[in-house]
Amino acid sequence: MSQNGQTQNPVPTYTKKDFESGVDPRWCPGCGDFSIINQVQKAMPNVGVARENIVFISGIGCSSRFPYYMNNYGMHTLHGRAPSFASGLKVSRPELMVWVITGDGDALAIGGNHFIHTMRRNLDLKVLMFNNRIYGLTKGQVSPTSELGKKTKTTPHGSPDYPFNAPALALGSGATFVARSIDIEGAHMGGVIAAAAAHKGSAFIEVFQNCPVFNDGAYTFLTDKAVKTDAILRMEAGKPLLFGKDNKKGIRFDGQKAELEVVTLGENGVTEKDILIHDPTRSDPTIAFMMANLSDRAGFPTPIGIFRSVRKPTADENTWEMIKAAKAKKGDSSLRKFLADADTWEVK
Amino acid sequence: MQPNTGKTRPVEKVEGVTIRFVGDSGDGMQLVGSEFTKASAIAGNDLATFPDFPAEIRAPTGSLAGVSGYQVNFGSRDIFTPGDQPDVLVAMNPAALKTNLQDLRPGGILITNSGAYTEGNLEKAGYKSNPLDDDALKKNYKVVSVDMDKLTQAALAGSGLSNKDVARCRNYFALGMMYWLYSRPPEPQLENIRAKFKKKPEIAEANVKVFQAGHAFGETTELFVSQYTVPAAKLAPGTYRNVTGNGAAALAIAATAKLTGRQVFLGSYPITPATEILQDSSYFKDMGVVTYQAEDEIAGIGSAIGASFGGSLGVTTTSGPGLALKSEMLGLAVIAELPLVVINVQRGGPSTGMPTKTEQSDLYIALFGRHGEAPLPVIAARSPADCFYAVMEGFKIATKWMTPVIVLTDGYLGFGSEPFRIPEEGELKPYLVKYQTTVNDPAGYMPYKRDDKLIRPWAIPGTPGLEHRIGGLEKDSMSGMVSYDGMNHEKMVKTRAQKIRNVIEDVPDVEVDGEPTGDLLLLSWGGTYGSVRGAAARLRAQGKKVGHVHLRWLNPLPKNLGAVLKSFKKVLVPEVNDGQLANYLRMSFPGLDPMQFNRINGKAIKISELTAKVNEILG
Repeated sequence: MSQNGQTQNPVPTYTKKDFESGVDPRWCPGCGDFSIINQVQKAMPNVGVARENIVFISGIGCSSRFPYYMNNYGMHTLHGRAPSFASGLKVSRPELMVWVITGDGDALAIGGNHFIHTMRRNLDLKVLMFNNRIYGLTKGQVSPTSELGKKTKTTPHGSPDYPFNAPALALGSGATFVARSIDIEGAHMGGVIAAAAAHKGSAFIEVFQNCPVFNDGAYTFLTDKAVKTDAILRMEAGKPLLFGKDNKKGIRFDGQKAELEVVTLGENGVTEKDILIHDPTRSDPTIAFMMANLSDRAGFPTPIGIFRSVRKPTADENTWEMIKAAKAKKGDSSLRKFLADADTWEVK
Repeated sequence: MQPNTGKTRPVEKVEGVTIRFVGDSGDGMQLVGSEFTKASAIAGNDLATFPDFPAEIRAPTGSLAGVSGYQVNFGSRDIFTPGDQPDVLVAMNPAALKTNLQDLRPGGILITNSGAYTEGNLEKAGYKSNPLDDDALKKNYKVVSVDMDKLTQAALAGSGLSNKDVARCRNYFALGMMYWLYSRPPEPQLENIRAKFKKKPEIAEANVKVFQAGHAFGETTELFVSQYTVPAAKLAPGTYRNVTGNGAAALAIAATAKLTGRQVFLGSYPITPATEILQDSSYFKDMGVVTYQAEDEIAGIGSAIGASFGGSLGVTTTSGPGLALKSEMLGLAVIAELPLVVINVQRGGPSTGMPTKTEQSDLYIALFGRHGEAPLPVIAARSPADCFYAVMEGFKIATKWMTPVIVLTDGYLGFGSEPFRIPEEGELKPYLVKYQTTVNDPAGYMPYKRDDKLIRPWAIPGTPGLEHRIGGLEKDSMSGMVSYDGMNHEKMVKTRAQKIRNVIEDVPDVEVDGEPTGDLLLLSWGGTYGSVRGAAARLRAQGKKVGHVHLRWLNPLPKNLGAVLKSFKKVLVPEVNDGQLANYLRMSFPGLDPMQFNRINGKAIKISELTAKVNEILG
């Protein structure tokens, strides 16, 4: 029995269909969101949790309609605030698997405060952020991930602001699991989602998502066939960070300058041994932070995959340890005894 | 020091006394006040207390801004308030004298630490000359001027304590004198001191010595012409403890967890004057309370709503500015129809206003402060101990009716204290908070299919087959799925409003204190209860035909209220705001135009000022 008296049901064998609510998604044709929900619905049968114990909580925006399309418990909440609802739910019901579905504006602008605190607490929440670098539901305004100079309805002369790098922000806030994928990389995204589901602690996934109506082609600089191999770096745990045609290029750590650089195998005596091995389990997040920031640097590829995956006790685990200890220490007190636990006096 | 004359002073029996202890905010006046209160409670007096401190934790020493006080009113009769006017003022420095002397009853006792009247302190307090040398002062008050600094140092000569530690003991000198003056046995206090400073035995012994020196000083000095005793009050039999309003609210949170067997989840953010509820509750983990200090006010209520979605009894605590921040979330709880309790400890506003001062100015925001049509039940506590019952009632209403409920208290109740009779075993009844576990319609689980009271079912995550989605968008009146249909929206708005009107079945009729008809009805709500009840009693004793009705329920308003208001020739609404209840009554009872008595000075209404107002009206 859980705290609220529900039985822990054995997990049946599910198919993808068991996670479809039957409501037709109302996203624009060609929206990257379809690919994301497809991967989530495909991943859910294999997370080892009963359907009724999985909850999807969203904020406001195109992405946040997501829970209506999942056949789970779900809550479509307020703009930016989904992490706060999810946090209360997870702390009070730690046995539930809780997902937060959010977008770049929802998570990083109006909800920025909740986002960083969710990450630093290491609550066992999975935060899936759809990043289309635009406000879609309000029809095309600049977002906190829009690039400098971006022309939108509210920045007709170009955005004067620098964008957030979402994985870097999550890492800086103390997230124990940080990953990135791309909407059109279905299989890759599925793998990242499964890894986040298996992670215990705050997990953040950024998915680069195309908005065909208000920011079409936002990621063609990565995904166009012509540039793809040079532009994307696929991080795999335990393997050297290689990319480019025939995996000839790699990332090397220059110890003297303390920075990452792109090198080519076979040039200037560079061999595979010089290439940085990807290790998301490093307890120090510095290298992960450097990797996350590569996407903002000219001449560097954009890494996708898992930047960091580290196990630390979660806030919900810590909370319930304290509750358990308090109950063990104080025992089961009657209400009267509890209320009288003070300086008292008798009136006859 | 005066020689011991061996004379005993006459012991005067008095019905009630109001004492105010004032000093620098670092002087320990809150401690002295609460210790003296404890002694009065144990002596069987009815009592009420109120601390008064600046928003700054430590304003400059000796400054007017840094004065902190604690007032206790105790007596052998019913005590309604912490007292209008102190009979005794204990002022530890010139700044404390300057800011409080005007409140002392003419002829009252002024006890002050003459050692603190240094040139520097006099200047900081804005005195050109030493007020203790002023003949008018001695003419108007019984002045007991004692160099507590010197006597404390003398008592601790050779103790080896630093000058700073010695100075910090002087509040116990004042306490010792007060113990003697009001004939309290000193022994329990010695035990208290030793228990309080268990980890620092040398400080404990120093305080004991200084306390005893103060007590002995009272006994030997001729500065006091008499000693007083206040007989025990006639309180209902039982076991009592002292509670502040905030302390009582926290006890109610734990009691609710116990009575329902459900987890109570408190998501909150620190804010004066509500913080103590979160602090106290965080000690109640063993009782089934889970506390969560969120990153801001919004996340505080958000986490509580999230926990309520999960089947916990969500509660959040706040004060005015925080309530403003929570208003969008409250709208969500209204439209989603999830149980939630919001405890709002009102303070002076708008904006940051006067955080440590009381006000009743959040009635409008509680009733109307949400966008869209978003009615919800509003309950107000009337006294520190009543915060316990008001919060308990809030939970019961929220869970029965699947609605957020606002419980209003205020800084005066939250910080104030009074004796609380601890309910006997079994006196507080357990109640059932039930979840939907079965499909309720042939078409599947319908989260907004209502019962005959218009209450929707509550199915929580973990219940197989009842998976459903809810949210802030308008929803279909059965399935809860998003609906933009205009007629459905109108139906839902009216249904939600009717559900809140249906809560009237749980709202008791108001009762008139005094005769059912008369010349003037005093109508109060919330924290002014004590002052108004006290004023009504005093006015009737003077032969005035005055009744008193106190409102606990602000929404819905009690059924019989309209009829009761018509049974009096005049209605006067005393409030610590600019007339919010009065206006609400004008709106709710067209044609009724109550008179107003408003104080917005950060303090509770005084019995004397209200009786004066009524006498002026009735002539």
